[in-house]
Amino acid sequence: MPVIEAKGLSKIFGRNPKQTTKLLDEGLSKEEILKKTGNTVGVNRATFEVEEGEIFVIMGLSGSGKSTLVRLINRLIEPTEGSIMIDGEDLASMDKESLRKVRREKLSMVFQRFALFPHRTVLENAEFGLEIQNVAKEEREKKAKESLEMVGLGEYFHQKPGQLSGGMQQRVGLARALANDPEVLLMDEAFSALDPLIRKDMQDELIDLQSSMKKTIVFITHDLDEALRIGDRIALMKDGSIVQVGTPEDILVNPANDYVEKFVEDVDRSKVLVAQNIMKRPEYVNIDKHGPRVALERMREEGLSSILVIDSKRNLKGYVIAEDASEARKKEVRDLNNILRTDIERVSKDTPLNDIFNVIHDSPVPVAVVENEKLAGIIVRGAVLAALAGDGEVNLEDA
Amino acid sequence: MLNDILDFVPEIPVAEWVETVTDTITDWFAFLFDPVKEHFGSFMEWSSEMLMQVPAVIIILIVAVLAFFLSGKKIGLAAFSIVGLWFIYNQGYWEHLMSTFTLVLIASLLSVIIGVPFGILMSKSKTAEAIITPILDFMQTMPAFVYLIPAVAFFGIGMVPGVFASLIFATPPTVRFTNLGIRQVSKELVEASDAFGSTGSQKLFKVELPMAKATIMAGINQTVMLSLSMVVIASMIGAPGLGREVLSSLQRAQVGTGFVAGVGIVILAIVIDRFTQTVNSKKD
Repeated sequence: MPVIEAKGLSKIFGRNPKQTTKLLDEGLSKEEILKKTGNTVGVNRATFEVEEGEIFVIMGLSGSGKSTLVRLINRLIEPTEGSIMIDGEDLASMDKESLRKVRREKLSMVFQRFALFPHRTVLENAEFGLEIQNVAKEEREKKAKESLEMVGLGEYFHQKPGQLSGGMQQRVGLARALANDPEVLLMDEAFSALDPLIRKDMQDELIDLQSSMKKTIVFITHDLDEALRIGDRIALMKDGSIVQVGTPEDILVNPANDYVEKFVEDVDRSKVLVAQNIMKRPEYVNIDKHGPRVALERMREEGLSSILVIDSKRNLKGYVIAEDASEARKKEVRDLNNILRTDIERVSKDTPLNDIFNVIHDSPVPVAVVENEKLAGIIVRGAVLAALAGDGEVNLEDA
Repeated sequence: MLNDILDFVPEIPVAEWVETVTDTITDWFAFLFDPVKEHFGSFMEWSSEMLMQVPAVIIILIVAVLAFFLSGKKIGLAAFSIVGLWFIYNQGYWEHLMSTFTLVLIASLLSVIIGVPFGILMSKSKTAEAIITPILDFMQTMPAFVYLIPAVAFFGIGMVPGVFASLIFATPPTVRFTNLGIRQVSKELVEASDAFGSTGSQKLFKVELPMAKATIMAGINQTVMLSLSMVVIASMIGAPGLGREVLSSLQRAQVGTGFVAGVGIVILAIVIDRFTQTVNSKKD
C-alpha cells in the first residue's frame, strides 16, 4: 500500500471555490478561470501515489502549484476537493484532533527558508516537535541530540540559529524534522536557498540519510538537476496540474508533452543517460557456426564495414572487418578466429553517456555494450551525438 | 432657506442620551463601582504610603543599581537616575513623585493585563479586529477631559478615576502592538509550528508571543508613557502627585513651581522610558 495517496486533490484560491471546480471539469485553463471568476487555481486535480521509502520529487516552475501541493499533503492549506490518504486515512476529512496527531507522528516538514525559531537554541529547535507532544525533557533532549549528530551538528547544541551559516541552519531544520521520527518527510524547496556547492553536499547527505533511514520523502524543487539527482520518481507540474509522473529517465527520454520537453531541454543529458538508453540491437556472427563468407554477407546486407563476433553462449569475442573477411574468403580460410580482432571497447549497460563519449572518440569501431561478458548491444558514434543533442532515438525497452 | 433641507429632523438629543446611559450605569453598577472605589482606592493609597515610608536614599540607590545592570553595566542611566531623583527630593516633591509613580505603575500594569489579551484576540480573529480597531481609535482621539466626567460619576474623585481615565487613554498602544507583533510573525514560522502539530495555545506561547515580544514591549513602553502623560490631566479630578502641583501652579500663575514640577515629570518619564526600553533591547 502506498504511504501517500492523493486523489483528485484540488485547491482553488478565492471566492466560491466549489463552483470554480466545475469549470475545471469543463476543462478551462488556469488563465481562463482567472479571467472568468477571479479565482486562482492552485492545484488542479492532482492524483499520485508515493510508495514507502522512495524519494518522490514534485517539480515545477514558480507558480506551478508545487508548494501548494506539498501543503495540501499535511493540510497546512485546506483542500477544496479531493482526498489525501496517509496510511489509508483521509487527511482531508479528518477532524482537527486527529489531524494534529498525524502531523505529530507521521509527517514532518523542512522549509525553504529554514523556519527555525530564532529565540530558541539549536537543540531547543530540534526538540520542538517532541516538546509539542509533551515528551519528557530528558528523552526529547536525547532524541534531539541524536538527530543533530546525525546531520553533523554535534557541537552546536547551544548556539542560536542566527549564528550559523545557511547550510548549517538547514541541517538544524532537517534534524528538527527527523527528531520526531516521522514516516514521511516533506521538503519544500529545502535546498533552494543554499549556494550550489553546499546544495550538492546536502543532496548527497540526504540520499545517504535516506538509504540508511528508509524514510519516505516528498521533495519539492524547481531545479531539474536536483530532481534528477535525488528523485526516485518525479512529478512534473504546470499550472497546478501534474503533467507527468515517472522515473528521471522516463521524463528525460519520453517527455509527455512539449512543456516537459522544453523543461528537460537544458539538462545536461550526458549525466543522466546511460549506455542502455542509446544502444542498438547488434548485428553479429557466431564464431562457432559462421565463417568469413557469412560475415561478409551480413555486412553487405546491413551496409556495415565491420561486424561483431560472438560464440554460441552469446559471449562477445571481438569483431571482424570487411577487408579481412574478403581476403580470408579468397584464401578459403574457414575459421573466423584467424581474422578476429579483439581490440574492441566494452562498456556496461549503466555506463553514463559522459564516459562513453571518451571511449568512442578513440575507437575505430562501434562500442559494445556487455553484461556479464554477454553482448547486449552496440553504440555507434552517431547515437551518442544525437543523444547529447537531445533528439536521438532512444530506447527504454529494457529499463 | 437652503439649510431647511438639513432641518428635516429636529436636533437629536445625543447628549441627553449619553447622560441617561451614564446615570443608569452608575446606578446599576454601583454594587461594582463602590467596592472598587473603596478597596482599590485604599489599596492604592496604602501602596503609595508604603513607598513613602521607604527612605528616599534607598529607593534612589535601588533605581541606580537596577539602571546600572539593566543597561549592561553602563554608568549613564544610573548617574542620570541618581542626579534626577535627588533633584526631585531636593525640591521637596518626593512624596508627590511616589504618588505619581504608584498611579503610573498600577495604571500601566492594568493596561497591559487588559491590553495584551485583547491584542491576541484581535490577531486571531478578523471580526474581533474589525470591531476593536474603531473602539481603539475612539479611545485615543476622544479628548481625555471628556472621559474624566463619567470617571468621576463612577468612582468619585481621587486616584481610582485617575487610573480609569489612564486605562482608557493608555491601553490602545498595547492592544495595537500586540496585534501587530503577532501578525508580523513570519508565515513560515507559524506554518512550522502548525506542521509539527501544535495546538493553538502551544503556537501562541512557544512561537508567536516570544517572536512578538519586542513589538509588544514597544507597545508597553508607549502605554507607560501615555499613562504618565495622563497624570497631569487626572489631577483635575483629584489624583495626587506631581500633576496636581502643575495644575495648582497653573491656577495660581506660578511659573517657577509649575516648571519645577514639570521637570520632575520629565525626569520620571525619562527614567521609566529608558528602563522599559533597555528591558526590551536586552539580549537574551
